[in-house]
Amino acid sequence: MSRPVELHFTLNGAPVCIETRPGRRVLDLLREDFGLAAAKEGCGAGECGACTVLVDGEPKLSCLMLAAQLEGRTVATAEGLGTADAPHPVQAAFAAHGAVQCGYCTPGMTLVAAELLSRNPDPDRETVRQAVSGNLCRCTGYVKIVDAVLAAAKAGQGEKP
Amino acid sequence: MAGNVMTTRETVPRADALAKATGRERYSADFTPPDCLWAGVRRAGTPHALLTGLDVAAARATDGVAAVLTRADVPGTNRQGIVHKDQPVLCGQRVRHRGDAIALVVAETREALAEGLSRIEATFSPLPGVFDPASALLPDAPAVHPGRQDGNLLAYGLVEKGDAPAALAGCDVVVEGEFSTPMQEHVFLELPNGVARLTPAGVLDMVVSTQAPFRDRFEIAHALGLDPWRIRVRAPYLGGGFGGKDGATVQCLLALAAVNAGGRWVKMVWSREETFVAGYKRHAASMKVRLGAAADGRLCALTCAMHFDAGPYAHLSGEIMALGLEHAGGPYRIPHTRLEGWCAYTNNPVGGAFRGFGVVQASFAVERLMDALAIRLGRDPAGLRRQNALRPGEVNAAGVTAGPGTDVAACLDAVLAHPAWTGREAWKRSAPPFTRRGVGVTAIQNAMGYGRGLPDAAAAKLELTKQGTFRIYNAVPDMGQGNASAFVAMAARALSQPAAAFELVQPDTRVCLPAGSSSASRTTYTFGNALLRACRAMREKLCARAALALLCDDPARLVLSAGVVTDPVSGKAVPLAMLGRMLPRDDRLCVDQFVMPVVENPPDTGRQFKLGFPHRFYSHGACLCAVEVDELTGRVHLAQCVTSVACGRVLSLQGVEQQVHGAAAQGAGLALFEDPALAGGRMAAGDLSTYLIPTAVDLPDFACLALDDDEPTGPMGLRGMGEIGIHGPGPAVAQALYDAAGMWAVRLPVTPQDVLEALGGMPS
Repeated sequence: MSRPVELHFTLNGAPVCIETRPGRRVLDLLREDFGLAAAKEGCGAGECGACTVLVDGEPKLSCLMLAAQLEGRTVATAEGLGTADAPHPVQAAFAAHGAVQCGYCTPGMTLVAAELLSRNPDPDRETVRQAVSGNLCRCTGYVKIVDAVLAAAKAGQGEKP
Repeated sequence: MAGNVMTTRETVPRADALAKATGRERYSADFTPPDCLWAGVRRAGTPHALLTGLDVAAARATDGVAAVLTRADVPGTNRQGIVHKDQPVLCGQRVRHRGDAIALVVAETREALAEGLSRIEATFSPLPGVFDPASALLPDAPAVHPGRQDGNLLAYGLVEKGDAPAALAGCDVVVEGEFSTPMQEHVFLELPNGVARLTPAGVLDMVVSTQAPFRDRFEIAHALGLDPWRIRVRAPYLGGGFGGKDGATVQCLLALAAVNAGGRWVKMVWSREETFVAGYKRHAASMKVRLGAAADGRLCALTCAMHFDAGPYAHLSGEIMALGLEHAGGPYRIPHTRLEGWCAYTNNPVGGAFRGFGVVQASFAVERLMDALAIRLGRDPAGLRRQNALRPGEVNAAGVTAGPGTDVAACLDAVLAHPAWTGREAWKRSAPPFTRRGVGVTAIQNAMGYGRGLPDAAAAKLELTKQGTFRIYNAVPDMGQGNASAFVAMAARALSQPAAAFELVQPDTRVCLPAGSSSASRTTYTFGNALLRACRAMREKLCARAALALLCDDPARLVLSAGVVTDPVSGKAVPLAMLGRMLPRDDRLCVDQFVMPVVENPPDTGRQFKLGFPHRFYSHGACLCAVEVDELTGRVHLAQCVTSVACGRVLSLQGVEQQVHGAAAQGAGLALFEDPALAGGRMAAGDLSTYLIPTAVDLPDFACLALDDDEPTGPMGLRGMGEIGIHGPGPAVAQALYDAAGMWAVRLPVTPQDVLEALGGMPS
């Protein structure tokens, strides 16, 4: 087992420093050491997308990343995207448009969607479907997820979702 | 009677949506107490064998391993199960499927747990296995439970009406066929998990991802020889369940670990691969069916023989088969039926509850035969269904008189009025090169509730808080279907309060009242009715207590509105916050209960079923699927899927759409994607890279047409509908494939290879 190392990175906008074993999964580090449980484990093998976080703005699977890979990076989880009082437009749209059922895939979905809208503010349905196709959802059949992302896109362009 | 398609869009989002979307909601899997121990299980990995040696010394000696437990360490019966107790917590001598647990390790860390598990030395003496139900029932089949009186026959059932064999002989036309549906994995995203500890007071305190916290106590207590009243189970929101968390997954193993952990918290999480091996599955089934009709298309007689693969343990297999038989005639008028089922033990994975509970299998068979009949008679398959659609007051295939909400024809008409149907010929003609297009329409139904013999009951507790707001003690887990939010919406309406005035307590056997499992399309109906009764009592109480402060001798004239009780005569008002402070706790509570009505004059059939037959309430619907077949690859693309449903009043159109979309997606998975590749007791597709559930690019924009209907006994007029949407895609896709390419599908899922063979592109 590897010895602990000190890691410095930015987490949800704030600089953090933590001593941990470098080979730990980022998913476990976030959930257990930082108490950020939005990223979920659905498979532990990079197939389901429930553990998605943004690393330097890009969606990454935290079940396949090791702690040491975070050194110097910027990490965002769904908690950092918004709160219930001040939700990110994507989170608000997911809630308003019925895109949340069991909600286990939702944090990962919203991060992927937010990242999509940050580089493509006006996607079409097919583009949204492609963007979230790495994130499995067993509850919704995806229709309302796509609706929500498009509504968030419209909201971002000044229209009410 | 069902009427127009609902189009009103409500604007109130689900009460749980934002907490989930912002990652704040805490699921069972999110409880990781500091310094908890980790528990895990060694699985047999062989389908049928005698366990001849189990050496755990090296595992016990592993650094960080706190305990290694085997069969000898299990107090109690060591048998878990919902109705029939036949599944060992830890196997002693005989292993009956690959997922059987043979040893339990408790360790300080995940790493130590993995190390300890890897050091267990098990030796097996293989036994011949039995891997399909028909073979299992042959006289010389290997016995899954040696010495059992009925051998491998777990359950037999017969549902009969009239004289089907004789009637078939007199029919103008008879069609027949043999169909099969596969084992299906739930793929709830939250893995089976929980945490547990023995408190200093000796209470086993558990937080589990479970659909049945109240019943879990008895399953655990029976298996481990514990006092059920000393077990507390909490069930936060589930990350999906779909039936797969109805019945013990981690519960008994976790409890065993906790009682051996010296009062420390223990956490157990199955891996995805372990869930594939050890979790419950939809039963694989085969159906032999004959359907007879008059030359004008009137259905006359149906016989059906179903075989269900239970795997090695009963779970609810007999009850699931019973529901399958009850639905085997579809939502049609058939005077004569003989519906027979056999449920057999095998060495395959364990069959259990899954959305659609036996009905998925039965529906596929009867709908395929309706197609066969349409072809034979030269009829349009939708028109043939409409002609025979069950109407209120008519007797269904199981001998039960259909209730007032039964309007299968209206459900069919709704999808037939959809552009996907009216524009189908033009759409088919415009198929690109090497592509064939087709459309299929089927009728669907699903009963609600446990059925006769097992009270479908719930007790609801409602509290006025000291602050004058309300607390609902939800006692049926919300696995994602939205019942918890529906309870808030119902109570808000019943008490004339804003939704924000309500707080939800999630199921907790210590503070909530028993309300049954989250299953059987019953959750919102049964608990909702109990809750509305509690709301009525609360309204009456608040007015009566306010009357004291208002010096009003006629409480009935008082008006309850947001945060206040007002006397319209005097104009004076009492804030609920004042009542909250005024009343002692006992007086701030209202409790009431509800039991689902049952069939009053049940038909004299299905006598083998002690529980769960027949059902009084059904939701109905219809489903259209449009497919595109790639002639070169055999790939089938589901281009459109439209489902209509009549399920009583629509309290939340968004809620109905959520259930119908999600169910249709699982039905589409079963139809076209999810191939377990089961052979020799092993699912070759054992993880999410090989067992493929549909992704966002695999599915169309599902459409849901909710009819304006009414259920007089329902809470605010609704009926359960969490399952019905799963029944459409399998048979509708099969019909559409015939329309597109003349392909006659007899089993699901339809694979590209099946399609190419049917098109003549590959040797059969």
